[in-house]
Amino acid sequence: MSGHHPSAAIAERVRHIESLLERHGVIAPGEVDRRIDDLLAGGTPLNGARIVARAWTDPAFRERLLTDANSAIRELALSMGGGASELRLKVVANTAEEHHVVVCTLCSCYPTALLGPSPSWYKSDAYRARVVRDPRGILAEFGVDLPADVRITVWDASAESRYMVLPRRPEGTDGLDEAELAALVTRTGLIGTALV
Amino acid sequence: MSESFSPGDRVRTRTLDPAGHTRLPRYARGAVGEIVERAGDHPLAEDRARGLPGEPQPVYHVRFRAGDLFGSGDHAVTVELWQDYLEPLGTAAR
Repeated sequence: MSGHHPSAAIAERVRHIESLLERHGVIAPGEVDRRIDDLLAGGTPLNGARIVARAWTDPAFRERLLTDANSAIRELALSMGGGASELRLKVVANTAEEHHVVVCTLCSCYPTALLGPSPSWYKSDAYRARVVRDPRGILAEFGVDLPADVRITVWDASAESRYMVLPRRPEGTDGLDEAELAALVTRTGLIGTALV
Repeated sequence: MSESFSPGDRVRTRTLDPAGHTRLPRYARGAVGEIVERAGDHPLAEDRARGLPGEPQPVYHVRFRAGDLFGSGDHAVTVELWQDYLEPLGTAAR
């Protein structure tokens, strides 16, 4: 097996199944690649960061975002449409009392249309198995040490919704405009494994 | 189909361990939780995995206390579950 990529066997199976589906007219030639391109087109954590910066500067938008995220993000010309159909987006806001963190324990569900491809650790068995059982321990490994009285809620993307965390606005950022605020927001902050 | 649930309703998840595909995570089986909100209507994942059309049914965010799932922990875990996975427990205070 030396020099043999561990995913080669799976890739071969996928190619085989794809060609069978094409031969039987279930999918058009190249359709899978096109769907993947559509899904990833425009997906980047910068989208999530823009949403967060708007929510930090516009309380009414924040309210709309937490109530009906799919409608609210259209105000920023964003959507959860990327793939075959629009997915429901649920945004959960960190506060002084509660911190949220997102996982998909069953596979790797993630708001790709908004955040782009997920980080590799998000798909790891270790993260998926451990964060539901010991989120405080996982967060500490990410360098996030929350006060003991901050409640932690883990969101398992086990069905049709996708989740994004709205981090708390850092102190000392009153003078920053929306674009400068967006630049503070990281992909890990949007998953909940960083504070911002 | 049984009546739909409202936020605050207490539910118990089913304990079945089906042979095929399911989207009820094992760690959340047979556990008591609370409905947070309805998250739309979708055909059951089990049906779609078998190529069956499936009737759309309510899907909910259900909040569990870690202690009730794992026997320890002071956090909460919110899992998204189809109505078929849930049995009513009433709204009595815990």
